[in-house]
Amino acid sequence: MTALTDLTIAGARDLLAAGDVSAVELARAHLAAMERHRDLNAFITETPERALELADASDRRRRNGDAGRLEGIPVAIKDLFCTKGVPTTAGSRILDGFRPFYESTVTASMLREGAVMLGKTNLDEFAMGSSNLTSWYGPAINPWRAPGDGRVRVPGGSSGGSASAVAARMAMAATGTDTGGSIRQPAAFTGTVGLKPTYGRCSRLGIVAFASSLDQAGPLTRTVRDAAIMLGAMAGHDPLDSTSADEPLDDLEDTLEAGVDGMTIGVPEEYRVEGMLEVIDELWQRGIAWLEDAGATVREVSLPHTRFALPAYYIIAPAEASSNLARYDGVRYGLRCEGDDLVSMYERTRAEGFGAEVKRRILIGTYVLSEGYFDAYYLKAQKVRTRIADDFREAWTSVDALLTPTTPSAAFAADSPPDDPVSMYLNDVFTVPASLAGLPGISVPAGLDGDGLPLGLQVIARPFDEARLLRVARTIEEAAGFDTAPRSQT
Amino acid sequence: MAERVETESGPFCYAIGLEVHAQIVSSSKLFSGASTAFGADANTQVSAVDAGMPGMLPVINMACIEQAVRTGLALGGAVNRRSVFERKNYFYPDLPQGYQISQYQQPLVTGGQLVIELEDGTSRSIGIERLHVEQDAGKSLHDRDPDHSLVDLNRSGIGLMEIVSLPELESPDEAVRYVRTLRSILRYAGTCDGNMQEGSLRVDANVSMRRPGEGLGTRCEIKNLNSLRFLQRAIEFEGHRQATILDEGGTVRQETRLFDVDANETRSMRSKEDAEDYRYFPDPDLLPLDLDEAWIAGIAASMPELPDARKQRFMSGHGLSSYDAGVLVAERDNADFFEEVARGRDSKQAANWVMTELFGRLNHDGIAITDSPVSADALGGLIDLIVDGTISGRIAKDVFAEMFATGRQAAVIVEERGLRQVTDTARIEALVDGVLAAHPDRVDEYRAGKTKLLGFFMGEVMKASQGRANPQAVNRTLCLRLEAEEGTR
Repeated sequence: MTALTDLTIAGARDLLAAGDVSAVELARAHLAAMERHRDLNAFITETPERALELADASDRRRRNGDAGRLEGIPVAIKDLFCTKGVPTTAGSRILDGFRPFYESTVTASMLREGAVMLGKTNLDEFAMGSSNLTSWYGPAINPWRAPGDGRVRVPGGSSGGSASAVAARMAMAATGTDTGGSIRQPAAFTGTVGLKPTYGRCSRLGIVAFASSLDQAGPLTRTVRDAAIMLGAMAGHDPLDSTSADEPLDDLEDTLEAGVDGMTIGVPEEYRVEGMLEVIDELWQRGIAWLEDAGATVREVSLPHTRFALPAYYIIAPAEASSNLARYDGVRYGLRCEGDDLVSMYERTRAEGFGAEVKRRILIGTYVLSEGYFDAYYLKAQKVRTRIADDFREAWTSVDALLTPTTPSAAFAADSPPDDPVSMYLNDVFTVPASLAGLPGISVPAGLDGDGLPLGLQVIARPFDEARLLRVARTIEEAAGFDTAPRSQT
Repeated sequence: MAERVETESGPFCYAIGLEVHAQIVSSSKLFSGASTAFGADANTQVSAVDAGMPGMLPVINMACIEQAVRTGLALGGAVNRRSVFERKNYFYPDLPQGYQISQYQQPLVTGGQLVIELEDGTSRSIGIERLHVEQDAGKSLHDRDPDHSLVDLNRSGIGLMEIVSLPELESPDEAVRYVRTLRSILRYAGTCDGNMQEGSLRVDANVSMRRPGEGLGTRCEIKNLNSLRFLQRAIEFEGHRQATILDEGGTVRQETRLFDVDANETRSMRSKEDAEDYRYFPDPDLLPLDLDEAWIAGIAASMPELPDARKQRFMSGHGLSSYDAGVLVAERDNADFFEEVARGRDSKQAANWVMTELFGRLNHDGIAITDSPVSADALGGLIDLIVDGTISGRIAKDVFAEMFATGRQAAVIVEERGLRQVTDTARIEALVDGVLAAHPDRVDEYRAGKTKLLGFFMGEVMKASQGRANPQAVNRTLCLRLEAEEGTR
């Protein structure tokens, strides 16, 4: 029998149903893995006691013939989701000591479906980053290393702790959030599957906000099927989130194996950016060949405003963030650094509570919303956003899904990250356009680069067409035959 | 009426625009399900949304929007099918989110007007620029702790309507009349209780001065005026201050000012240069507010009667004078009270009793009509006793005084104190005969032609009856006796 920590959700589900394994056994195995892999710093808060209680309750429910979709499945929760009674940090010092008295809609739904929460995973501070290097709790680390190199690699970000936990088999699955690529990019870096659903698919209520018009929760898993199972438990209309969509979600597992025969897949020419690494282009071509072999028609499409996506994103997201993060003022919860008067209390609290990247984005956001600059930046960026969405709409008239690389490179070394913020932001170049358009996207592990580090392919689909998205992803997964077990030099 | 401020260099006219913040009558807050009850213990009416907890999201409370639409329609404004909530960003401890959700570029209601009656009985229509909906902030308490300011978030998130007038008011008195009229309309519409003391109606005044016939001058905004008296005094002070500056050849600086109640003056709070940049942008947590035409029409069709219509009805239906009708409708509670008294009774008599006796006493004692010790029903009962001849109008006033003091019913007081009017002919004849017998000289004078003495005899008879004799019967009997005796002579 495979190790319990190597099980997929689908596999564990069968064993649990057959009574061959208990939720408590699964929880114990994963808690032990968490201890073994503490060096990866994937978790900010571990909740072993709670996990065992939840697992025990799950086993009792099952004995009573009552099993939810995630019954007994050990999962990790990105520390951006508010969890009742459990510290929620957003990877920031400013939320020091904060324990929500409420549960996010997504995690509440997962708990209702029987999920066993193992702990809260590390992330870039307030989900701002592509490396996990901005966490106040220190960076999470990628379990993958390049054979022959041995340097510590970043797991990507911002959902880096979740990606690391799933890749290293500390959790069977994890939640992430994706604003400009924060699920897909770390999934690509860690050889895992990362699904960002359509904007509005999962409720944002109880998720610490970064950029409200872009933030979307989704799963990180080791298989496409597991992503489908997770999404089924996470998604749903929430009347308490005005931007949550009242769209039906069919059982995604039903159509998962339906293949791509007869589908038309688009390859956006604008994604073939200047200076693209050869290994990325080769992977992309392999992906095209796999889909064609499976019966799909692949054709080039044009998304002419693609090159404006990244600049627009880095105006809109910081603008919203600058306002969303105003509530962290030391008055009601979290860190407070006393000052001589109100203003100095604000200044000291925010100066000491926020890290450099968060401050940078608050400054950018404040600037682009300021009187005299609003039209030139924020308003213009919104217009660009509309054009980008129009580009995709046009593409959907001729194709069913789009295939692109997820990232421009594999995971970089933690000790030599891109040396300026803009280079770092370029990590999101392939993921941001779909975010701006609110479209569902998924990264599927599809191969290794020259250093032996994982690479992902991204599929993008029409709004609320996660079913087709997953069919394409499943086809790639099958063709790639990627082994998700991290190979590290030890 | 337009008022001028005289200076050595000539007169200046006022141009005043008002921004009224009216708390929406609704059981729950604008973006959360928390209660809006006033006066509860600090921080007991607060949801996670109102406290700006991480991850919390606003959801528009359509009951508040309905109230604002009703108000907009009452003011003759155009309800916009699409309006947008934006964030107004600034830091303050009683603003938990670090921004106020308000409307900026696309308000709920555009345009409208308010007709105010002036001192001389004429009226003027004041233009309304817009009505938008926003959330209230909490309250900072600076006097509860020697070392700290405390924050009460009960008010945080309560729905407000901001109603902005054009700068068309021409005197402090007009400004007061505008607010009074607006408050009356809000109360009739049932959309704001208009209680300035509790802060459910707050006024900011934009004041500028100009020479007669010239364009608008530079304005100053006076913030947070929470009584009509302060509104009047603040504008008066500000008008004179600006007129003095202009008279001396200076220029008025555009700025925000606060009214110091104790010093009776406005003081600079911040200049335009220091004004905060609120960085408005559409709230990404909320979709644009799209209203259905039929939904708006439904509200329009169910509008309660407004003061103007009621006044017309009081004049045509109840036959009241324009003045009386105006006084009665000004406050919805007063008009309701009157209508209840007048139901099935003579309207003018009812109006007289309500306006003269009841209002007089209430005003004198500073009691609100809703707390009146004499209910509409009880006052009606008193009037009924006058009409059916049980008591005279004069006795009725004494009975009313006792009703007001004790809250008891008129009939009970009349019975207990034996105030029932004497109408029995034999008893009245006896009283009259007694008076005539006691004043033979006066009787002679009367009969010699000094008929004015009838009043004297009336008074004596009434006195003898302790006011209880029916005056008509006494009068009739007196005339008969005085004429008859003369005839037999």
